[in-house]
Amino acid sequence: MNPINHRVSLALAGTLTLALSACSLSSGEPSSSPASTAAGSTQGTPSSGHAKGTVVLVTHDSFVAPKKTLEAFTKQTGYQVEVRKNGDAGELTNKLVLTKDSPLGDAVFGIDNTFASRAVDAGVLSDHTPTNPPAGMAPFALPDPKAARQLTPVDYGDVCVNIDDRWFAKKGINPPKTLDDLTKPAYKNLFVTPGAATSSPGLAFLLATIGKYGEQGWQDYWKKLMANGTRITQGWSDAYSVDFSGGEGKGSRPIVLSYASSPPFTIPKGGDKPTTSALLDTCFRQIEYAGVLKGAKNPAGAAALVDFLVSPTFQKTVPDNMYVYPVNDSVSLPPLWAKWAKVAKHPFTVAPKKIAKDRRAWLEQWSEIATG
Amino acid sequence: MGLALVPVVFLAIFFVLPVAGMVGRGLQSDGAWDLGGIGEVLGRGRTLRILWFTLWMALAGTAFTTVLGLPVAYTLYRLSLPGRRLLRALVVMPFVLPTVVVGVAFRTLLAAGGPLGFLGLDGSWAAILAALVFFNLAVVVRTVGGVWEGLDPRAEESAAALGASPWRVFRTVTLPALTPAITSAATIVFLFCSTAFGVVLTLGGLRYGTIETEIYILTTQFLDLRAAAVLSIVQLLAVVAILFVAGAARTHRERAMPRTSLLSGLRRPHRGDLTALALTGLVLVFVALPLVTLVARSLQVGDGWGLANYRNLGTTGSGDALVVPVWTALDNSWRTAVDATLIAVVLGLIVSIIVSRRARSAWGRRVIATMDGVFMVPLGISAVTVGFGFLITLNRPPLDLRTSAVLVPIAQAMVALPLVVRTLVPVLRSIDDRLRQAAAALGASPLRAVLTVDVPIVWRPLLAATGFAFAVSLGEFGATSFLARPDRPTLPVVIYGLISRPGAENFGMALAASVILSAVTVALMGLVERLRVGSMGSF
Repeated sequence: MNPINHRVSLALAGTLTLALSACSLSSGEPSSSPASTAAGSTQGTPSSGHAKGTVVLVTHDSFVAPKKTLEAFTKQTGYQVEVRKNGDAGELTNKLVLTKDSPLGDAVFGIDNTFASRAVDAGVLSDHTPTNPPAGMAPFALPDPKAARQLTPVDYGDVCVNIDDRWFAKKGINPPKTLDDLTKPAYKNLFVTPGAATSSPGLAFLLATIGKYGEQGWQDYWKKLMANGTRITQGWSDAYSVDFSGGEGKGSRPIVLSYASSPPFTIPKGGDKPTTSALLDTCFRQIEYAGVLKGAKNPAGAAALVDFLVSPTFQKTVPDNMYVYPVNDSVSLPPLWAKWAKVAKHPFTVAPKKIAKDRRAWLEQWSEIATG
Repeated sequence: MGLALVPVVFLAIFFVLPVAGMVGRGLQSDGAWDLGGIGEVLGRGRTLRILWFTLWMALAGTAFTTVLGLPVAYTLYRLSLPGRRLLRALVVMPFVLPTVVVGVAFRTLLAAGGPLGFLGLDGSWAAILAALVFFNLAVVVRTVGGVWEGLDPRAEESAAALGASPWRVFRTVTLPALTPAITSAATIVFLFCSTAFGVVLTLGGLRYGTIETEIYILTTQFLDLRAAAVLSIVQLLAVVAILFVAGAARTHRERAMPRTSLLSGLRRPHRGDLTALALTGLVLVFVALPLVTLVARSLQVGDGWGLANYRNLGTTGSGDALVVPVWTALDNSWRTAVDATLIAVVLGLIVSIIVSRRARSAWGRRVIATMDGVFMVPLGISAVTVGFGFLITLNRPPLDLRTSAVLVPIAQAMVALPLVVRTLVPVLRSIDDRLRQAAAALGASPLRAVLTVDVPIVWRPLLAATGFAFAVSLGEFGATSFLARPDRPTLPVVIYGLISRPGAENFGMALAASVILSAVTVALMGLVERLRVGSMGSF
């Protein structure tokens, strides 16, 4: 009797189990609710009543659309939408570039003005502009004509320094107003921002400083900022929920990098005004775009979806669901936003082409200064 | 031997192919290999700094985890303490928490103004080290504890009766018997530490980059695939070297040993156990602190206290932050975990059985040693490389799996598989082959021999491994977030979604969901413990 035989029989029992596991719990499960069919799951099998099939929307993790809105699209056009999320804007763009030969879907939403050039230069997009461009969209279009033909602006958000008004009132200190103020001794050890290398609002803030102080001047500004006790965190949630005194964690720093749309979220229960405010002279504007992917299996559906994203039906959902502002100015903002989440009149800007070219060098210099 | 092919093919498709695809893409330009970049990337000052930091951080993390884990393993698996099963489960809780939540919990404790703010550890490497120990303690305690529990105490007792001091008994009798398990656990911890990602980013505040964080930034932000490929190769070589050393250390030690299947190994604590008890107490406080912080913050509602965050788990959060309510996500997690555990345990069993064979030829021994190591490698390779590799290699029929729900349990199983193998192999190797020969000589059929010799011994570690694989799957975030379909997210994915969106309500829900995730894990581990004990009566 060979001992190996024993092991073989033991292993055989294992194979049986493997065969059993083929009837698994997670893969055979049908979609749990009818609504989720609109939000995903039926790939390639058009369900009855919607003969035109599915459009696959590739997007970033922050994409949120109410089920009803996506169902409205299906009703209007006959296409079902399947959403596939792929990390943040940078990861999304890089994945599209890498999978150019067999694209991840039909349409993309969520490439922003800091990554637009990379996507356009890599040739991952087809030309498409909405048949009925909404009023107010034009100022958000990319400056480069080729890029403007491929990417349609959908929403925008201002990344701004936020302050905890209650903290400043309690201490009797005048709150800061400008980027320059943040380097003053009065505000030593009070500012926290997510890092530019690991966070997209963090990068936006770096770009705001580059827009303000120029390509030669921003390094000096950041040295002063760091010397004034600025704290760098990995991501936005960490900065806002742990370190910021006006956030959920009741941290120790009353100045934080966040969004122009953050203040309405700090209206206390039963209160009528926010306890924080955004400094509108410190902002960089992030614009998010949609487009049709080159090599899409369903280019007509993708084009219809891009058109839908700028239509009022979708546009009116973006403030409450993604905390951004619609580009379509015929859509009214939620009342609390209209009152407490004003956008910057003159945000700082850096040309998208310039960003694509110098991003890496800037981030490396920034890393040396801020985290070195 | 055909059976050996199943795990090998699995590994080839879901690991070797994607990694090779990614590295190939990085080192080719216009279809031709371009290796000139390797030297350039390695020559960068930043690369060297990162390699150095990764190495010593992983070594320090492994050393601390192992040294602190041993007294805990002893106390919880060798002494008959009241509530030891609960404590055993408690130690595993950190292992399943999403890193982003642990980051928040640690930072709440350490940040200026926090309960431990006076230590000044916020953003320091010491904070990263503490978090690495926090996460990995479970690996050492459970792997070593499982073996320690089954050791026949009579060898120790005779040594003591012959006049050996307790320390001498430990050094000459206990430690040699435990060495294979300790080496196994330390190897896994080292691999986990060297690829730690979220913790380093959250707690290090960017100042400290490791190979893993660097690959992430190079790939997702800069699209510098060449540098990422070079770092992936370095990672691979380092992992292979570590496994080689660990394998060599193990094979010298692993041998058949007498064991007991009675619970006589458990005894009342006496005065000599004071040091171990005190250390265990300290370690448990250290593990409990962040967990308590988490629970406390999940009960905070505005300026008061309440259960509102838990009630909200049935909703999709403020501003429809989620596609499905948290309870649905828990259901998804559970289903996925069952699949992942099945795959990991079945494949792990096959690999363990093959690897624990004693080959007669030198060639056979080499094959077995290689196979033993190969299944550990995925733990040491960047999840970003594997994930992006999936996208560019599994993209054509018949392997167009990019959007398949099957990938999630498969990816999780790949993380759990090495844990299963490392738990089972030391046990299988320690079975004296003469027992099987005796059974055969007495006329037992091969199946009968397995049932009476192998199964009674393997049964308990197998359950432990199953519980562990389940915990890994429940907590896995990196690969899952990459692969999970948006309409069917798991609990960690949902927690991450909640925590990264504004609004106190979402933040509170994220913490409440984390507490639920830990509670489910503890309940499960507790159940496994109970099953293991229940089985004892029959033998």
